[in-house]
Amino acid sequence: MSFDPAITLFSCHYTSQQSCAEEGKELQQLGFPSTINLVRVPCTGKLQVTTLLQAFEDGADGVYVVGCPEDGCHNVKGSARAAKRVAAVRAALEELGVEGERVEMYHLPRGLHPEFVEKGKEMDSRIRDLGPSPF
Amino acid sequence: MIVAERKPMAEIIGMVKDCKKVLVLACRGCVTVCSAGGEREAEILASLIRLGMKKDGKKVEITIGSLVRQCDREYIDEIDQWKGQYDAVVSTACGVGVNFISNLRKDTMVYPALNTTFFGGSAEQGEWTEQCAGCGNCILHLTGGLCPVARCAKSLMNGPCGGSVEGKCEINKDVECVWQSIHDRLGSFDRAAQMEVITPIRDWSTAGHGGPRKTVRDDLTV
Repeated sequence: MSFDPAITLFSCHYTSQQSCAEEGKELQQLGFPSTINLVRVPCTGKLQVTTLLQAFEDGADGVYVVGCPEDGCHNVKGSARAAKRVAAVRAALEELGVEGERVEMYHLPRGLHPEFVEKGKEMDSRIRDLGPSPF
Repeated sequence: MIVAERKPMAEIIGMVKDCKKVLVLACRGCVTVCSAGGEREAEILASLIRLGMKKDGKKVEITIGSLVRQCDREYIDEIDQWKGQYDAVVSTACGVGVNFISNLRKDTMVYPALNTTFFGGSAEQGEWTEQCAGCGNCILHLTGGLCPVARCAKSLMNGPCGGSVEGKCEINKDVECVWQSIHDRLGSFDRAAQMEVITPIRDWSTAGHGGPRKTVRDDLTV
């Protein structure tokens, strides 16, 4: 069954800075999926488990976080903390009998690099394969 | 502190599956410190219950509350502020809290969200280890301040046993042999000879083997 997923992306200010330039027009031109709702946060380390779960409660079929490289976080350990919280949400989803792959963490370099678009496409494809959220 | 950890979600969802309204009640005591049942964990649990119930096609209304402690009568009385807002309470306190609510609120169904595990401490962030068994007859003055009741796998009083190898316990190479540690620590105070004193068979009646324990302080009762 084909469907258009609703995907929430929480991205750190530094990683997504250029991606959001000119209201994301360049991002759209590069083929960034329109199914992804990008939420910029000052640092992914500020994201709480409840924030990620709330996105699912609000109807997201998939949620992912993009933060700084693990060894190059602007706030030293911010993206490492985010990765731990994403892992906690993944474990909780699996406890509820839901695919853990619906939540993901990516560490990407700053600026508008091809990887930022690639990972967006990857999540879009993954969630389409998984189907609508069971929540 | 009392250390605890959240029960599997399937178990918790099973408890509240027939509820329409649930009060998730955090405790700001020990379980907040060990990140198992404080306000933050209660918010996470509330979200997971909502998601789990929704997945099963059920809707539940959740109220989140917290008490200073759930092991004192005056704080339990504060539950009345949520009267009428729940069919059941899911307590994120330790087992003491769940018992206290049950003792004091005869009309309230209360479920445990946590498995209460041990009395412990946190030497590293995110890691807790058992340090005390609450046995009611402390012998730490004889063992260099290290407890063989809680920290020896066999709770030996005259250790170490033959399973002690290079300072590690035979049950797991990551577990220290506390009797080796006791020996080393007493030695550092030039008191290793204390190890040669045979400790008699222990009276476990203070450890709960004589039934539920109770402490009464007459000077505090009026």
